[in-house]
Amino acid sequence: MTNAMIIIIAAAFINNAILVQCYGICPFLGLSKKMGNAFGMGVAVTVVMAITCLVTFPIYNYVLIPLGIEYLEIIVFIFIIAALVQMIEKVIKKFMPPLYRAMGIYLPLITTNCAVLGVAETVMDVPSITADLGINTFNVGGAVLYGVFLGIGFTIAICILAGLREKVDKLQMSKHLKGFPITMATASFMAMAFYVFALVI
Amino acid sequence: MTGQRFKQIAKDGVLINNPTFRLVLGTCPTLAISSSAFNSLGMGLAVTFILICSNAIISSLRKVIPNEVRIPAFILIIATFVTIVRMFLYKYIPDLYSSLGVFLPLIVVNCIILGRAESFASKNPVLESACDGLFTGIGFTLAITLMGVFREVLGAGTLFGVKLWDFSIGYFSNTAGAFLVYGLFIAGFNALYEKFEQARKTRNYVEIMQAKSMAGASEAATSESKEV
Repeated sequence: MTNAMIIIIAAAFINNAILVQCYGICPFLGLSKKMGNAFGMGVAVTVVMAITCLVTFPIYNYVLIPLGIEYLEIIVFIFIIAALVQMIEKVIKKFMPPLYRAMGIYLPLITTNCAVLGVAETVMDVPSITADLGINTFNVGGAVLYGVFLGIGFTIAICILAGLREKVDKLQMSKHLKGFPITMATASFMAMAFYVFALVI
Repeated sequence: MTGQRFKQIAKDGVLINNPTFRLVLGTCPTLAISSSAFNSLGMGLAVTFILICSNAIISSLRKVIPNEVRIPAFILIIATFVTIVRMFLYKYIPDLYSSLGVFLPLIVVNCIILGRAESFASKNPVLESACDGLFTGIGFTLAITLMGVFREVLGAGTLFGVKLWDFSIGYFSNTAGAFLVYGLFIAGFNALYEKFEQARKTRNYVEIMQAKSMAGASEAATSESKEV
């Protein structure tokens, strides 16, 4: 139980995907103009991350390591993620057409989102993640929990930025600062706020 | 490939379409790695090598790969080169390997590489694509190293690991500082770029006007001489 709490807090806040570890900056900057889009992307990323962790953790620890072919991990993981994204897209299209219309355009983008490959690379390495979080066991359940809450941290960050940008983009400023530079500056202040979580614990 | 085309590709990759400051691609490694100048340089060179190789291979296979499965095919080629670079660094530069950490495998999903494969290498001949990879890589390396130097000097008071002074501002070596520095660099680069572009346009305009007035003068002279 304590382990689960540690994993949740660490994944969502202390190791926040965007503001602390710099994963998934492209959708963070590109899709944060409107709150609706930002939330849709966040949910899509969370779902893909959870399933990715569920699949890649056993494949790395129970297939690649026993066979001694860990060096193939990058190729294997990227293929798993691409296939998963395609599969989720097909399933949603077939069974939940309204959700597909709302979320469909974000799904193909997730294949090249560093956050998903990043979480797969983070959770697969059991010794380093247990040392990082200060817990003694880490299994498939922990990996999925980590994936889900890293995705929720991603959603929180992208939604806060979308809310701030709706105000910031209306301000008067030099034309060179408009767009990316001012968004980066806003993100910098958010990152300072999240940095405090690391100091608390 | 003609000299002019070569010049155009070079200018495009390093300045006009600089991947980091003009197109804002491949932001994740730029933000995460640029806290030290040495790591930035290593990251830049690794990406440059992968860009050259993947562009050349993708370009030579551009007529073989069917259009529908091109993205998975490109990713497979890129992932192969990333694996090669990772093994090389593990064996020969273990310090860099451990400090780049998870961002080394994440080169696979770096938008710069897939972007160049999609927009340039899948349409152009091998030599041109390799050159495009080289110059885009140089543009990325220069940009990330510049940020690395700036952040390391301010954030740690060192430059390429050599101590400069005791003064340091921790803000610049964590992620918050990375965002701000990156934003300011984009703004500065765009301002400079626009200034140069304006100057070039003015110069061209002046040259055209001078040429016109000279042509006009010579015409007038010839017409005068005819009249005489």
